[in-house]
Amino acid sequence: MLVQFATVLVFIVLGAVTVALMLLLSRLFAPSAPSAVKLSTYECGEVPYGSSWVQFNIRFYVVALIFIIFDVEVALLYPWAVVFRSLGLLAFVEAFIFIVILLAGLAYLWKEGDLDWVRTLQDARAGKGGK
Amino acid sequence: MEALARSLVNFVPVLGGVPLWTITLLVMVASAAVVLVFALTFEGVGSLVLRKVAGDIQARIGPNRVGPNGMLQFLADGVKLVLKEDIIPARADRLLFRLAPYFVFVGSFAAFVVVPFGVGLIAADLNIGIYYVMAVTSLVVVGILLAGWSSNNKWALLGGMRAAAQIVSYEIPVGMALIPAVLVAGSLSLQAIVKSQGGLFGIFGWNLFHDPFAFFSFLLYFTAAQAETNQTPFDLPEAESELVSGYNVEYSGIRFGLFFLAEFGDMFIVAALATACFLGGWNVPFVSVAALPPVWGNLLSLGVFLGKAFTMVLIMMWVRWTLPRLRVDQLMRMSWKYMVPLTFVNLLGVSLWLLLFHGKGIPQMIASLFG
Repeated sequence: MLVQFATVLVFIVLGAVTVALMLLLSRLFAPSAPSAVKLSTYECGEVPYGSSWVQFNIRFYVVALIFIIFDVEVALLYPWAVVFRSLGLLAFVEAFIFIVILLAGLAYLWKEGDLDWVRTLQDARAGKGGK
Repeated sequence: MEALARSLVNFVPVLGGVPLWTITLLVMVASAAVVLVFALTFEGVGSLVLRKVAGDIQARIGPNRVGPNGMLQFLADGVKLVLKEDIIPARADRLLFRLAPYFVFVGSFAAFVVVPFGVGLIAADLNIGIYYVMAVTSLVVVGILLAGWSSNNKWALLGGMRAAAQIVSYEIPVGMALIPAVLVAGSLSLQAIVKSQGGLFGIFGWNLFHDPFAFFSFLLYFTAAQAETNQTPFDLPEAESELVSGYNVEYSGIRFGLFFLAEFGDMFIVAALATACFLGGWNVPFVSVAALPPVWGNLLSLGVFLGKAFTMVLIMMWVRWTLPRLRVDQLMRMSWKYMVPLTFVNLLGVSLWLLLFHGKGIPQMIASLFG
């Protein structure tokens, strides 16, 4: 088994070496004539305005949080799937309860409007969904 | 790998003096190099075929100048990308900017380890196969976020954030829709999953025909996987008309090329997983591959696997040039409000089916009717 995971390591190292080699090749053959305008940030031809490292919408964090919760459930269901055939009815009933609880959680998020991408500030404050 | 190294030592007696681990390592590097060449060739030819298909669907010619019928266009593109100036914007975070292509490319290439190309053609048949693919392709998200953030460009940041939100949203349906294949095979290893679909002429044993829920799982997987790899009805992170090019807008030359290669690598991984989990993998119709001599068995199964996988890739391209892009709120609604509940219910359906019919699919039941 360890030998097989060593193959994974070989693949990762080889992939990284390939990237490095391609960059080296480009460095050897590509021209390099930087200038202040060329190195400026692209903003459709306008002079770039301010930094882009600014606050962005909170909904990205909400999506990330929901993702973390559900991804853990998916990770938990894989080992369950492997032993399902040998455990039979017991495994099904347990997974059924598990999934019903999960779907109840999803229904709660839905009702609170956290699954809506676009909603007004008033709706968000009142805990209601948008469109 | 170790067995292969041993047989190599037996075959070439001169190698007897060399420690076995060295030979094993060399065999590993050689197999990784073969897979790398395959991946790079696929990514190159794929980019050409994509444009040819686009040309056909949009009633124009597509690339036709380099080589006969434009067939060498991808080589010209590769040379051009290497020869272009590599620009790192002055205000970018240089370290993260340079690091991002590594994550994206390595994340997509490392998934090739467990792709079951044929009966004995797999770099390493990990016992956690599917799990491993899901884990390692997540590196791509990290790379995309790094690229978007480190560029210090508004388009890139928006594209990167959108890409991350989209990829993680669709990772749930992708993961859930693959579970039916694991349920039927009782194993996470991709070779075991492919072998479990071998019966009934090598066609009717496919998980696709196992039961209605499994068929629906395939559709859910294929749709969600297209979204996870940012293919065109779901290409919001790149959306040329609003974000210019998204997270890679500041990348130029070969650094941009690496993102491009990884995108095609991901495309193949999606097609290969769909083939292995639902379309019978390398099982050859009407022929028992295991009964053939190893060389012919491997060649035949490799051909069948690649044929199925390339067909899936062509279908992805077809979808790509047929459907218009979704709006961002539609995209998120589709994942969380429709696909996530559907995959959960679908999973319950498959497991209930397996429980009620003792693991038999519809084709097996029909076959047992006729004795």
